[in-house]
Amino acid sequence: METWSGLISWLLPFSWAQHTFMQNALLAVLLVTPLFGMMGTMVVNNHMAFFSDTIGHSALTGIALGVILGLHNPLGAMTAFAVFMAFTVCNVKEMTRSSADTVIGVFAATAVALGVVVLSRGGGFSKYSSYLIGDLLSITPGEIGLVILVAAAFLVFWFTGFNRLMLVSVHPSLARSRGINVRFVEISFAVCLAVIVTVCIQWVGILIINSLLVLPAAAARNMATNMRMYNLVSVLIAVACGIAGLILSYYWDTATGATIVLLMALCYMGTIVQKRIWG
Amino acid sequence: MAVACPKYPLQEKGFSCGKCCTKIENLQVTRGKSVILDGINLHIHCGELVALIGPNGAGKSTLLKALIGEIPYRGRVSFQNSLGRRKAVPTIGYVPQRWDFDFGSPVSVCDLFIASQRIMPVWLAGRKKMRGKISESLRRVQAEHLIDRRLGELSGGEIQRILLALAMEPIPELLLLDEPVSGVDFNGRQMFYRTVSRLRSDYDLSVILVSHDLELVSRYADRMILLNKCVQCVGTPKQVMEDEKVKCIFGRVLPKLMDQEMRPSYIEEGSM
Repeated sequence: METWSGLISWLLPFSWAQHTFMQNALLAVLLVTPLFGMMGTMVVNNHMAFFSDTIGHSALTGIALGVILGLHNPLGAMTAFAVFMAFTVCNVKEMTRSSADTVIGVFAATAVALGVVVLSRGGGFSKYSSYLIGDLLSITPGEIGLVILVAAAFLVFWFTGFNRLMLVSVHPSLARSRGINVRFVEISFAVCLAVIVTVCIQWVGILIINSLLVLPAAAARNMATNMRMYNLVSVLIAVACGIAGLILSYYWDTATGATIVLLMALCYMGTIVQKRIWG
Repeated sequence: MAVACPKYPLQEKGFSCGKCCTKIENLQVTRGKSVILDGINLHIHCGELVALIGPNGAGKSTLLKALIGEIPYRGRVSFQNSLGRRKAVPTIGYVPQRWDFDFGSPVSVCDLFIASQRIMPVWLAGRKKMRGKISESLRRVQAEHLIDRRLGELSGGEIQRILLALAMEPIPELLLLDEPVSGVDFNGRQMFYRTVSRLRSDYDLSVILVSHDLELVSRYADRMILLNKCVQCVGTPKQVMEDEKVKCIFGRVLPKLMDQEMRPSYIEEGSM
């Protein structure tokens, strides 16, 4: 951490870069945003925006679970519950053959209601409202270590599984005919998504984490003509908006996650306008 | 309505042109309590184009999905190559029905081929080396000019030819086509069937083609099978088209068929 801190102070001789919390937050942004940019491409292609939103919301239930179990840090309970949700939604979707958004909607509503009921018992919900908005500036070096670990695991998955995931998103039966275990691919991506969203939720916030996932990819889709460009543009938008949002939130004194998302939304609108004007 | 399952001879004489053979024995598919396919016995030989016809809900697509392993089945599927060696599953190429594409999806034809053949992520894999090979695959279906197009930009006929080229990579022992060109215009369909027919003879493929396009398909198929929960009728296109059951399900298509055969074929290959 010292090397990082020294490097930042030397490279960026600005007032914001002199605070330790900003240095930590910058490192977190540099780690998390490319992850979200990459993952977003397949979330959008697989029509999973609603699913990832549900995972975000289920964090509330996870926290509630942690409270009931009397855990000091609810992250374990949150992750476990999110993974459970990922499994259940995938399986129920398969079993009922009803439209995915209906199934997911039912689960999202149930999870949120359950979480709110447990957490609001005795009028103590405001204690947990920080999870709704998130606080990136509160990230500690220990937590950054955790993010690095998760990012590394994700990259392994992304390098080995991306092509399969893409084929499944193009056509499940076609993927199956090429020897791909479609269910396994779908579930592992859902679990991966669940873990990353849950780990990041305390810094980004339940309300906006999904936008962080969907917006860069949605913007990139408007510009890209192939997968390489799609991934590249999505990651670039995510990282650029992440850094710019962090700095702006420091000067404006606003919530970092929301500022980042606003910039991403601007990018998205920009790509639409660009597409309209230049085709 | 109960459908009777008459016993038909497994092998029609004069149709086995090769020694490799995909054998489907006693295949049964059930969903919940309902039986979708029952007692399917078929031998498909190489170089043979088998057209699978039947009413909607007859289980045609289900049979293909069972063969690719998407739907569990009871019974046995095995493949015997020309040396007489048996293996459990043939190498299968599959062309799905036309489906509603996500038009905004930035998957290019090149991406699709790389993703199907490489582990290395599409966005990282070296394209230069692959491009030559992919062009070669696309040339088989006269589509090499489409290599950099997004899937969403292609017409129905073009997408199906791309998928056919993909199904030919690697060269399959059994090629399955599930209503590949329903909804495509006449020229597109004709071109597709011609390409399939040519590939079949060039590569000595076994082909199962599901189609409602009786008139057109009967010109290219070596054998036709009427499927409705079980195999109802097997024979040459002419025999099958004259079968009472076929007439009952599809109406009288035979006079039209004769008419088609009389007409000169005015659309030459490669006219698209």
